[in-house]
Amino acid sequence: MIITTPKEFDHILSNLRDVDAESVFLVGCGSCATVAKTGGEPELLAAAAKLQEAGYTVLGHTVGTEITCNVGGTRSTIRKNAEVIREADAVIVFACGSGVQTVAEFVDVPVFPALDSVFLGAIVRQGEFSERCRMCGDCILDKTAGICPLTQCPKGLLNGPCGGMWDGMCEVIPDHECAHVRIQRRLEKQHRLQPISLPPKNYGVSLKPGHVNIRKPRVRKSLSDRSESGEKNTARTQGER
Amino acid sequence: MGRFREKLEVGEFVITGEVAPPRGNNCDRMLAEVKAYASVADAVNITDNQGATLHLSALAASRLTLDTGLVEPVFQQTCRDRNRLALESDLLAASTYGLENFLAVTGDNPHAGDHPQAKGVFDIDSTQLIRVACDLNEGHDMNGNPIDGATDFYVGAAAFPEAEPWDIQKRRIAGKIDAGARFFQTQACMDIEVFARRVLEIKDMGAHVIAGVLLLKSERTINFINNRLAGLMVSDSVAREIISAKDPYETSVRIAIEQAKVLFEVADGIHMMPLGDIETGVGILREAGVVSK
Ligand code: SF4
Ligand code: SF4
Repeated sequence: MIITTPKEFDHILSNLRDVDAESVFLVGCGSCATVAKTGGEPELLAAAAKLQEAGYTVLGHTVGTEITCNVGGTRSTIRKNAEVIREADAVIVFACGSGVQTVAEFVDVPVFPALDSVFLGAIVRQGEFSERCRMCGDCILDKTAGICPLTQCPKGLLNGPCGGMWDGMCEVIPDHECAHVRIQRRLEKQHRLQPISLPPKNYGVSLKPGHVNIRKPRVRKSLSDRSESGEKNTARTQGER
Repeated sequence: MGRFREKLEVGEFVITGEVAPPRGNNCDRMLAEVKAYASVADAVNITDNQGATLHLSALAASRLTLDTGLVEPVFQQTCRDRNRLALESDLLAASTYGLENFLAVTGDNPHAGDHPQAKGVFDIDSTQLIRVACDLNEGHDMNGNPIDGATDFYVGAAAFPEAEPWDIQKRRIAGKIDAGARFFQTQACMDIEVFARRVLEIKDMGAHVIAGVLLLKSERTINFINNRLAGLMVSDSVAREIISAKDPYETSVRIAIEQAKVLFEVADGIHMMPLGDIETGVGILREAGVVSK
């Protein structure tokens, strides 16, 4: 899931001051931000109280069961609340960056993020999350015993350990075991032969912004092929090789 | 072919030093250090934004060093600040400047330096960078496409003989040799017995080893190394010996001389790191009989 953390409350206030807002409407997210306890019903109620204390009128809020980054769902949520939102000077969204942008698409007044989207992570236990994947578009977990060096090594090295490793521990986060030591040990345990070194990663596959459409067959042309045939670059799909 | 490469390849003992480019554009201190090394060193490493802190570019500083005509530079590149395109392009530039000796290192994380907000690039790692330099030597880029001309780098890498787990370190060293590294400059020696044994193991793998000797100087230096320098740790026994000595500086000099004597027998060279006291470093090498008095 997408892990989010709350922005400083003062940061939100300064955004509101910038547009001379007096009244606001709050949007949460029924999925990731609810699990992360950053954009669910309780967090929105708490934020509403703080905003009111700071002198703002909170016209209403919605979390819904929908995920905020669902374009269709968010469109109808906004429509349902259209009248109230029209009265608001600003909308504050308690969701990941994708959710904030989805809301912004359907709202005319300024939309501000209440959260920072920090990583794609695993739920270690309730309220504790850890990053597992950078969504590089070219997964190499098959070669690294199911441990992602791009994410678990702070330097994102494919071949390690670096010169900072000490006693099996990481230079950058000294209380973490070096990702490359973990990878080698697990590969050994599985009696797997590994290449002596991995080649550089192909970052060309993760062209931004990513776009996938499973209803349309994958376009497997390279960018240069496309420009020759006059096709637009937007026809690409993430993950094509 | 430069003398440094020639000596290593024919099995003559080499001495290297290390110089940081200035934190600014005044190169007086750097050139004075280069001069101080020149009497004994076959080459001097020019570090690349060492410790992830801002310095003059290693490329420019390497060229300035070469232009002195006093000693060969070893041009260092880290993978931290530039992507593959920039690294390749700078390697081509280095070649046009006549730089020949090249050392590929990973680089410290930006968070440890004076620009902690910087994005650590690490588009490729040091093993992959070694291969890139060898690709250019073969007249093509890292994607196999021909370049106009070919470079002639003598490619080296860093090694950390005392880091545990050794089997994993050794594997990494093998990867670097497989990628094309011909020589290693090592992290500083701490426990000479373990260190010497592993130097021999690396040599057996088919590469030349230039062993690091560090002047530990004082309790302050030791604390700095243990707390601030990535990776390196001064072993308790060595630290105790120096700190409890009547004259810690003299004791650290004696330890360095003893290490240099052993390394003269087992390694292919010594990489002297006297932490600014270059004259003392040179004296250590003379005392150990590594260079003539
Ligand atoms: S290799 Fe790429 S896709 Fe696979 S886990 Fe790592 S970042 Fe994610
Ligand atoms: S010690 Fe290991 S995990 Fe940490 S930065 Fe170096 S290679 Fe990566």
